[in-house]
Amino acid sequence: MLSGISLGQYIPGDSLLHRLDPRTKVIGVLAAAASILAFANWQGLVLTALLTLIALLVSKLPLGIILGSLKSLWLLLVITFLLQAFLTPGTLLAVLGPLKISREGVFAAGEIVLRLALLILIAFLPTLTTPPIKLTAGLESIISPLQRLGVPAHELALMMTLALRFVPTLLQEAEVVISAQRSRGAGFTTGSPAKWARSLLPLFVPLFAGALRRADDLAVAMESRCYRGGANRTRMNALKFSAPDYVVIGVTLAVLAGVVALRFI
Amino acid sequence: MSSIIEIDKLSHIYSPGTPFQVTSLDSISLDIKKGVFLAIIGSTGSGKSTLVRHFNGLLTPAAGNVRVCGIDTADKKQRRNLWRSVGLVFQQPEHQLFEETVFTDVAFGPRNMGLTEAEITERVHEALRLVGLDPLEAARMSPFCLSGGMRRRAAIAGVLALKPQVLILDEPTAGLDPQGKRQLMKHIEEFRRREGATIILVTHDMEEVALMAERVAVLNRGRLVMEGKPREIFSRAAELTAIGLDLPAPARLIRQLRLLGKPVRTDVLTTAEAEEEIARLLGETQC
Amino acid sequence: MTMTESNGTGYLRGCPESQDSQLTAHDRDEIFIAVEDLTYIYNHDKAGGHRALSGIDLAVKAGEFLVVAGPNGSGKSTLARHFNAMLKPSGGRVIVAGMDTMIPENAWEIRRRVGMVFQNPDNQIVSSLVEEDAAFGAENLGLPSEEVKKRVEETLRLIGLSQYAKHAPHLLSGGQKQKLAIAGVLVMRPSCLVLDEPTSMLDPAGRVELMETLIRLNRTMQVTVVLVTHFMEEAVLADRVVVLSDGRIAVSGSPARVFAEVELLAELGLKLPAALEIAHGLRKRGFSLPQEILTMDDILAYLKNN
Ligand SMILES: Nc1ncnc2c1ncn2[C@@H]1O[C@H](COP(=O)(O)OP(=O)(O)OP(=O)(O)O)[C@@H](O)[C@H]1O
Ligand SMILES: Nc1ncnc2c1ncn2[C@@H]1O[C@H](COP(=O)(O)OP(=O)(O)OP(=O)(O)O)[C@@H](O)[C@H]1O
Ligand SMILES: [Mg+2]
Ligand SMILES: [Mg+2]
Repeated sequence: MLSGISLGQYIPGDSLLHRLDPRTKVIGVLAAAASILAFANWQGLVLTALLTLIALLVSKLPLGIILGSLKSLWLLLVITFLLQAFLTPGTLLAVLGPLKISREGVFAAGEIVLRLALLILIAFLPTLTTPPIKLTAGLESIISPLQRLGVPAHELALMMTLALRFVPTLLQEAEVVISAQRSRGAGFTTGSPAKWARSLLPLFVPLFAGALRRADDLAVAMESRCYRGGANRTRMNALKFSAPDYVVIGVTLAVLAGVVALRFI
Repeated sequence: MSSIIEIDKLSHIYSPGTPFQVTSLDSISLDIKKGVFLAIIGSTGSGKSTLVRHFNGLLTPAAGNVRVCGIDTADKKQRRNLWRSVGLVFQQPEHQLFEETVFTDVAFGPRNMGLTEAEITERVHEALRLVGLDPLEAARMSPFCLSGGMRRRAAIAGVLALKPQVLILDEPTAGLDPQGKRQLMKHIEEFRRREGATIILVTHDMEEVALMAERVAVLNRGRLVMEGKPREIFSRAAELTAIGLDLPAPARLIRQLRLLGKPVRTDVLTTAEAEEEIARLLGETQC
Repeated sequence: MTMTESNGTGYLRGCPESQDSQLTAHDRDEIFIAVEDLTYIYNHDKAGGHRALSGIDLAVKAGEFLVVAGPNGSGKSTLARHFNAMLKPSGGRVIVAGMDTMIPENAWEIRRRVGMVFQNPDNQIVSSLVEEDAAFGAENLGLPSEEVKKRVEETLRLIGLSQYAKHAPHLLSGGQKQKLAIAGVLVMRPSCLVLDEPTSMLDPAGRVELMETLIRLNRTMQVTVVLVTHFMEEAVLADRVVVLSDGRIAVSGSPARVFAEVELLAELGLKLPAALEIAHGLRKRGFSLPQEILTMDDILAYLKNN
């Protein structure tokens, strides 16, 4: 089935992390990513890992969900590890046929996998703890200063909102169309490329027509509700920083500063 | 008569093993006799669509089993052939039309069956005539130029052309005007008579059930809560309203008369029967 | 429609006993939407345009409950879309609350006053959070966020969706989604609701609930309601019924008057409400039933005394 639990899907909760302003979480992730990717040496990495661990504990997310986000990308982690381990020259540890594993390789591979894993964990934290709609509002607010440079911040945010709203609906529709055509004996896999492309028509024509129909209906419904672009529009849930947000941003930036310091001093 | 569909303790779960797990069917057992007209009713989300998708193997049981024409739907080797004997018309089937002309769209199923060109043409013509469309005109028309009601009929013809032994229709009359509804139901009854097919109708329209069905199955939250003749089912008014369903309007009227202490039969379903009862009542008082 | 029949009919047929004092503030005869000689042609500019409406004259009074019925393709949706300036007349004019829909500057003011609800609830929900979706219209009006919040809370309470405020709309039932769509336009505090076959995808309970909501809005808040429907049991609850056929008004008037046209309705392929069908059949058998009979309750009341 197409609709199961998807990667990084919001898990409702009431932890400190859930209550933070979405902008705080975005800033936090950016700071952590910068530290992991650009600055951290191994001491810095340990510091960042510690901070991540604290964040995970505070979030009260079930362990299964957290590991799940790593598990889904395990192949990436394994391949990265193997490549690093095999391709780094140095003191030989073992030989597997034509492949040589060096001591330095194992260390380098461990480090890079740790970096990647940390990055994955941190990147999923905001999506796991924030309703998508709120995250969208946060992103809109962060990029809205760029509006003066001609970046259509409101339109981008609206597109994201609508995508969030309609992706599940369109997936459901795809499921129905596939089922319906299969009930008339359609096979979607056989034959030469030309035949194969032709066999997909019964699927894509209705899906495309359906998406257009929905888009049309939605545009009418939005206009009927007085929508006329971002100008003069207000928001019900105006975002507001509160005390915990300032504390979290402060701590995050302090850690980033610390990581940079560890690297360059 | 022999059973054509045998359902034994069927359960189905969407997104199993996730926090979003939904048990959409819960231990359903039901026998559907060959040639019967069965209506399935239930409020939104009660599992009607999920249930009928088990009948042609689109979904397979999480527990229990479903046998259709003697074939276990979980048997992967046989499943690919189930669609030949079980035709399924989805909700708003007109949205699944895709060919350039009505003719080629209706021919899609028969062509997949590997019939000869002559057989295909014959089946398409027959199916189009059954739903009241002109076969010769339809050959030229694009389905996207038809009115909503005609597109609905073209889409249903696409399934009738398979000549299924079991025809399943999921809310086929939603959005049609009264005449369109009446005609469609007439066409379906005609198909049943001609082919001796079993009809399974999912609907929210209680009058339709009263008029057409021989058996009724009632679902509530994934469970089969009642099964029987329409008269039996609609005599259990309190239970039906409790699960978001209703009686056909004439039955409701007669029931209220009964509650007022009038001597009327309680198993009335259609307007004609209600009229008969009231005429009898008025006749008695006038004499 | 068990419940609506017993609660709602008195007011809707204009029986004076249920009118409350608030209503007198509202001039009952004030015309809210005036349609004059309206013609609409799809793809007017291209060859082979399709004439969907011709020569429609119609006045919707403020506070009225109007039902528009007619066969598929008779032009009901086309007419409804003229009421909030989504479509502009090819000929004739449509005046809403004194504003001509042809003037583009009026469109926004008109849409604020005329809330539109469509057949498929899924395609009119913009947000993946119920309260955010309800807020959309009010946000578009540029109201301060406190006011938006207040209106959303009030409206969700009025419609009975308060406990779902934080839910995702796709987890609601069909009837609840359709109520959310109504809430989504009510936050703009429109004086008129136009609904295009809102009950056609609902189960019986959802249908009854939605009709009750509409009747309540019409009765207690004097919202003008224009309801497009194929369900004649819904039509008998209205103040007035307009039947379209082939882009023209075939008959219009009180439900009693419209449903007296048995032959015409049969010709159009429309069905009588069950109560009327029974009454009609009984008259044919020679029983003399009173002419006012419209609903099951009326038959019941008559039989009770005989
Ligand atoms: N693809 C899916 N993924 C997850 N849950 C689903 C899916 N399809 C249906 N469900 C859930 O399963 C239950 C039964 O749904 P189903 O569509 O069978 O109901 P239905 O009786 O056909 O309703 P309706 O009258 O609205 O068509 C519902 O709770 C629904 O939310
Ligand atoms: N976008 C369009 N382009 C061209 N023709 C259209 C369009 N929309 C509707 N029509 C045509 O205009 C006529 C009136 O359509 P309309 O949708 O108003 O009917 P309706 O009474 O609402 O029907 P239904 O009961 O099926 O909703 C129909 O003949 C239809 O085919
Ligand atoms: Mg369904
Ligand atoms: Mg319409």
